[in-house]
Amino acid sequence: MLQIKDLKAGIEDNQILKGINLEVKAGEIHAIMGPNGSGKSTLSAVIAGNEDYEVEGGNITFNGKDLLELDPEERAHNGVFLSFQYPVEIPGISVSNFIKTSITEKRKAQGLEPILTKDLLKMMREKMELLSIKQGYLSRNMNEGFSGGEKKRNEIFQMAMLEPKLAILDETDSGLDIDALRIVANGVNKLRSEDNATVIITHYQRLLDYIVPDFVHVLYNGRIVKSGGAELAHELEEKGYDWVTKEEDKKWA
Amino acid sequence: MSEQKKQSEDELLEKVTSTEYKYGFTTDIESDTIPKGLSEDVVRIISAKKNEPEWMLEYRLKAYKSWLEMEEPDWANINYTKPNYQDVIYYSAPKQKPVLDSLDDLDPEMKKTFDKLGISIDEQKKLANVAVDIVMDSVSVANTFKDTLAEKGIIFCPISDAIQEHPELVKKYLGTVVPARDNFFSALNAAVFSDGSFCYIPKGIKCPMELSTYFRINEAGTGQFERTLLIADEGSQVSYLEGCTAPMRDENQLHAAVVELIAMDEADIKYSTVQNWYPGNAEGVGGVFNFVTKRGICHKNAKISWTQVETGSAVTWKYPSCILKGDNSIGEFFSVAVTNNRQQADTGTKMIHLGKNTKSTIIAKGISAGKSDGNYRGLVKISKGATNSRNFSQCDSLLMGDKCGSHTFPYIEVKNNSSKVEHEATTSKIGEDQIFYCNQRGIGTEAAIALIVNGYCKDVLNQLPMEFAVEAQKLLEISLEGSVG
Ligand SMILES: Nc1ncnc2c1ncn2[C@@H]1O[C@H](COP(=O)(O)OP(=O)(O)OP(=O)(O)O)[C@@H](O)[C@H]1O
Ligand SMILES: [Mg+2]
Repeated sequence: MLQIKDLKAGIEDNQILKGINLEVKAGEIHAIMGPNGSGKSTLSAVIAGNEDYEVEGGNITFNGKDLLELDPEERAHNGVFLSFQYPVEIPGISVSNFIKTSITEKRKAQGLEPILTKDLLKMMREKMELLSIKQGYLSRNMNEGFSGGEKKRNEIFQMAMLEPKLAILDETDSGLDIDALRIVANGVNKLRSEDNATVIITHYQRLLDYIVPDFVHVLYNGRIVKSGGAELAHELEEKGYDWVTKEEDKKWA
Repeated sequence: MSEQKKQSEDELLEKVTSTEYKYGFTTDIESDTIPKGLSEDVVRIISAKKNEPEWMLEYRLKAYKSWLEMEEPDWANINYTKPNYQDVIYYSAPKQKPVLDSLDDLDPEMKKTFDKLGISIDEQKKLANVAVDIVMDSVSVANTFKDTLAEKGIIFCPISDAIQEHPELVKKYLGTVVPARDNFFSALNAAVFSDGSFCYIPKGIKCPMELSTYFRINEAGTGQFERTLLIADEGSQVSYLEGCTAPMRDENQLHAAVVELIAMDEADIKYSTVQNWYPGNAEGVGGVFNFVTKRGICHKNAKISWTQVETGSAVTWKYPSCILKGDNSIGEFFSVAVTNNRQQADTGTKMIHLGKNTKSTIIAKGISAGKSDGNYRGLVKISKGATNSRNFSQCDSLLMGDKCGSHTFPYIEVKNNSSKVEHEATTSKIGEDQIFYCNQRGIGTEAAIALIVNGYCKDVLNQLPMEFAVEAQKLLEISLEGSVG
């Protein structure tokens, strides 16, 4: 589904991603871990098409398409979803209005008629139930005055509504209370299928107890320096990053 | 917000249309025009064409004489070549004159015009409870729901008809809120106005439908001098909608309207405007000059609420105001003013507190794009006798790009110390992060801007009746297309 080859990207003169290689297949769950500032959010931003970052080399293909050739909204139409580490406020626009616009635009790009409002509302209710979201939430304005946890839940709600092929969850777990974490994880598990894939960026093993990844990668200093199975996350939790990063530092010293 | 309202808002956002001024077209209807220029004779001709009584002619001539002595104001923060007032045609009327009983009798050409405007006749019929008095160039050509209104004793008709049929009311109130001498443009209007609307709501009557008028400029070089007089008698209620779009033009079109509102004791008037006069091309050529004097007076416990969405005109000069004369009266002003390309707007409001315990609220949202200039100018005046009065003002500006400008000129005068005035102002830009967030959700940049702008204007748009809110959002979208690169 997603192939990233020797991806180099940065901002102005500062190279942040220094040659990322990653392959994600349909049906898989990947976890990306790594110390602060290692480039995790940058990687997700580049996949999503944030033009603040300049791609200096390498390529990304997504279901056979050259992703780097597409505008961010086209990537979204093709099924790329990013749950933002820091979701943005859109004052005055209700959650329902925003999601409707989002779905309508996606359907338009696919040559489909707009979804009927009654179908949309039905779907919203289902997904709200799935994520234990309270009534009244749909008419609140996008992320305006939302608590940290509410913002994160709103991201997952949008994911549930948009049914992406590839979802990248950038620290969706941070800010969630214990119950919310379980609810969100449950939601992600329920939405999981053979046709979609999830990349989870996290600092904590906790989330990976609920959503068991097929692969775990350690991102450090703009490179994936170690990959393994679910057990790698446990190992990191025990030993910290030092045992991986020290070796890496030696290599580039 | 009701679910229904939300739905149509959403539907609206689905549509993204072409960048060109969408309503730029001219209807081909033979016109009955008088020669260019302004003189005492022209004033007399206009009055004669309208078959006016002597007192009306005298009123006009007096106004004309005052106008001759007045100078065009230049204190506003706008730059334009002053029109040559001798180069304007002051009267034109479609030849097909009779006022129609039903919209079915409409000229097929006009039907086409309305179709293009998206207010097709069918749609209008579906808009239950809306009485439409369509003003096509100076003279009304269609008038509906008159009977329903007549049953309640409500008068809603072209002002020229009111001069014939209800002279006592017109005579009593015309020019009482905006005297002819008030300013250069009001004097001009009083001298030459050829049509407009008149509305009277009797005591204790709640007008059962939204009253609406569509104004259009339709004759090359024809100035439009609309005159609106609305009287809400004691304890009555009315919501009035005024909207306009204009055809594409190469020469500047002068527009100087006067609107007077009178809210008697306990009366409630809601006056909503969507203004979309042709703004000129990207270089600012050919747009409408819009100099409007709108003012209302509130007697005891009365309320006047102005809501405006201003997206058009090359130059806008407009300050809908409230004189809060009666104790406990309320004035409100909700405004969205968009300027794009070379457009210039100097708009705002005046709230004059005279009575005790009077309250006013001002929510003004400016949006500037391109190389345009948007100015808010507001006066809040609380006189000595207006004890325990309150004003809250919020003036926000949204800038798109870095070639546009916005300025806020709030003037505040408080003459007693039991009153309180609050003023808040913000200036913001649409954030790249907001646009990227929308993009990531599949919403392209143009649609994202429309969405963000709608959110920004929500407090004002929510004040509009539903059909109007939809139209206003369409206009916002159209007028900001291509404004962020
Ligand atoms: N817009 C930007 N401007 C300047 N520097 C940036 C920008 N975005 C990222 N960086 C820098 O790039 C590096 C990687 O940042 P990134 O946000 O990708 O890290 P991260 O792995 O997501 O960290 P965290 O775990 O703290 O979220 C950091 O040193 C950061 O300061
Ligand atoms: Mg990060």
